[in-house]
Amino acid sequence: MRTLTLDQVDDLALGATLLGTGGGGDPYVARLMLRQAINTYGPVTIVDPPELPADGLVMTVAVVGAPTVLLEKIPAGTEFIASIEALASYLGRDPVALMPIEVGGLNTLLPLAVATEMGLPVVDADGMRRAFPQIEMTVFTLAGIKCSPMSVADEKGNLCVFETNTNQLGETLVRGAVMSLTLANAFSSYSMTVSEVATHAIAGSVTYCTELGARLSAVQRGEAGAYQRFLEFARGEVIFSGVITDVLRETTQGFSKGTVTIEARDGSEDTMQVAIQNEFLVAWKNGEPVVTVPDLICILDAETATPITTETLRYGQRVNVVALPCAPEWHREGMLEVAGPKAFGFDLDYKRMGE
Amino acid sequence: MMLRLGIDVGGTNTDAVLVDDEGRVLATHKAPSTVDPLDGISAAIAAVSVVADVSGIHRAMLGTTHSANAIIQRQGLGRVAVLRLAAPSSLAVSPGADWPDDLRESVISDVAIIEGGYEYDGRVIAELDEEAVRRFSAAAAGAGALAVSCAFSPANFEQELRTAEIIASELGDDFPVSLSHRVGTLGLLERENATILNSALLQVSAAVVDGLDNALRENGIDADSYITQNDGTLMTSSQALEMPVLSLGSGPTNSMRGACSLAGLADAIVVDVGGTSTDVGILVDGFPRESAAAVYVGGVRTNFRMPDLISMGLGGGTIVRTDGTAVTVGPDSVGYRVTEEALVSGGSTLTLSDVSVAGSRLTGFGDPARVQNLDSRTVEQALSWVDEQLATHCERMKASREAMPLLAVGGGAHLVPGGVPGTSEVIRPRHYEVANAFGAAISEASGTVDRVYQYGSSSREECLESARAEALATAVAAGADPEQARITSVVEVPMTYVPGGGCRVQVKAAGPLGD
Repeated sequence: MRTLTLDQVDDLALGATLLGTGGGGDPYVARLMLRQAINTYGPVTIVDPPELPADGLVMTVAVVGAPTVLLEKIPAGTEFIASIEALASYLGRDPVALMPIEVGGLNTLLPLAVATEMGLPVVDADGMRRAFPQIEMTVFTLAGIKCSPMSVADEKGNLCVFETNTNQLGETLVRGAVMSLTLANAFSSYSMTVSEVATHAIAGSVTYCTELGARLSAVQRGEAGAYQRFLEFARGEVIFSGVITDVLRETTQGFSKGTVTIEARDGSEDTMQVAIQNEFLVAWKNGEPVVTVPDLICILDAETATPITTETLRYGQRVNVVALPCAPEWHREGMLEVAGPKAFGFDLDYKRMGE
Repeated sequence: MMLRLGIDVGGTNTDAVLVDDEGRVLATHKAPSTVDPLDGISAAIAAVSVVADVSGIHRAMLGTTHSANAIIQRQGLGRVAVLRLAAPSSLAVSPGADWPDDLRESVISDVAIIEGGYEYDGRVIAELDEEAVRRFSAAAAGAGALAVSCAFSPANFEQELRTAEIIASELGDDFPVSLSHRVGTLGLLERENATILNSALLQVSAAVVDGLDNALRENGIDADSYITQNDGTLMTSSQALEMPVLSLGSGPTNSMRGACSLAGLADAIVVDVGGTSTDVGILVDGFPRESAAAVYVGGVRTNFRMPDLISMGLGGGTIVRTDGTAVTVGPDSVGYRVTEEALVSGGSTLTLSDVSVAGSRLTGFGDPARVQNLDSRTVEQALSWVDEQLATHCERMKASREAMPLLAVGGGAHLVPGGVPGTSEVIRPRHYEVANAFGAAISEASGTVDRVYQYGSSSREECLESARAEALATAVAAGADPEQARITSVVEVPMTYVPGGGCRVQVKAAGPLGD
């Protein structure tokens, strides 16, 4: 058992922005919520599964909605507790801990704020260790764990609990509920036992994210050797350096899609293209795919090492494209169907990073 | 002859220009800014008044860092009570949560989040809790000013207006209330921050407006006075008294617009080199491109429209160091003391100005003999660092690969080389050293329309046309030349689910002042 204190929040948020791989929702508001929650209710207790009873219930909580609505409609806090309590009541038992499903983007920090308010610990684990746009894109789906039953709640006392046969249909129903409930809501899903977390979840994600953020922060402060230490820790590599020369965007079916083109400035004619669909999904070097989902593609400002999100990509930015291998827990049967390039409509084979 | 006086108070210098009705510069003045900036303004007016008949000056425009400095130095700011209409939403983040502690403590007195606000589709989150507004009026009275924010008020500001009405009935019509929909766009926390800053700056603004009017009067000038805004248009004194936050970023805007007008161009990259830092910006159609990212002012995140700038530690006073082989440049600077501390000035600090003299970029400054023996590799390395910085940042500002002209202005413009990659030519327009004051002098009058239209009853095009016509008429009423007034921005914020298809339309028109 350990605690996450106020002075670690910024590292966690920076790590979450990086693991957002260009998307995942801006952690800005979630960072403020977590700070306020820690100031009011105390630091967050972080635990590993062996510290909890094996048959105890672990619940997840996340915000779901439209990023542009979240800019204007800040969470109340109560909607998250409502979604957890509604689902707990449906299940007939109370949780012993909360867990993020997505360590990447704003949903990394949010469950921590809710946990300290509810007086619950947070399990140091998650289902993605990166951001993904859809609820079924988790290692839990690979393990046959259902996101159902699930709950969606708002801050005014409106909520629903429902069950679905597949995690894909779970995603569809959540979107439908959120459309009717003002596009900035809480949802709880993937309830499971502590022993299921121990077997199937990606272990250590919250700590990993904080450590990653701390190392990136050292790069941003210009500490000697920090870039190397950051890459070693993440087992990442700089796959391209250059200047953004084109940003093509289109909004289709509610997702923001596009392509960014980066040209080398080292005298070579090398170019890189990166496909965007909320997050960065595929990187091609001179036309050849070099990194694809579920491995992580991050674009960092070359001077400030600030992770660049899909909305802030601009012509003329000098950038480093950094690839990080996805969590090893992703390498299971069924990964390609759930989170490989074909799951996003790219007719490409997945080539594991470093092979 | 009808003359205009343009004044710019910057961090290092206070500049003034006198411009005639043909846009010709009759007099310029540049002096270090004073501890009380109003002294510098008064001195600048006195200096340019010597060369012309002041009775000809009928308009005076001021761009000043007063407000920005007040925030950065936490001085002269008023206390503000903050009321947010959004409960039960938004309770997880209090107003001012992300402010630096010292600024929050000195500005924000009381905060309350009460029932009210709107959803994205125009439905209410909750009806406005009018009783809670009345209860909060005591806290507002104690602070002296009230800032009001409301979820989705850019699309529907009825609850903010109603709140102002209630406060007026409790505390009188004169009690200062800043409403968020008048200050910023979507992004509740950022808009709220800007609204609080606006309330906090009311006294600073009053001092500036008074100071300018007094300085003009003391110099026997009977002119209309204006304050320049972030977007390159003018506020009358009475507008400046209500909306001081809109003038926070006017310095770079004035400098960029002044540069373009002096050079006779509408599209260009502008590089403004001062004593300590350089701003690179881009002008599109005569106006600075605005930043898409959040803008921090004194550590406070805001979302108001500011010029998109890249700043770097490169100026005439930037210190150059060498250990025999490696040369490092800055980021520290001797600033305006360059006229005493640079080698060519007889001082003992190697600065970029010395390097510029040694490299024959700068002439007529100090004594070139003092840098005669400077190691040529040091000069070469320092200047190539300058060239590389400028090239990199110019490339970053551009929106496409197309080469654009580069305008070099400001006291340190000599550092800009004769050619910069990615630019078609480097132009140093006449009077480049006072481009910012010239920019203030040519600021335009503007008019805005901000209203919710029902597209159901008439077509969208008819509504927009009527808004455009009204904005133009307002700009002309504010002094714009009817021949040259034009629409400068149209923003539509749809209110999707409101019956009849309501849409908030904001139209701004601007034009040079007619005579």
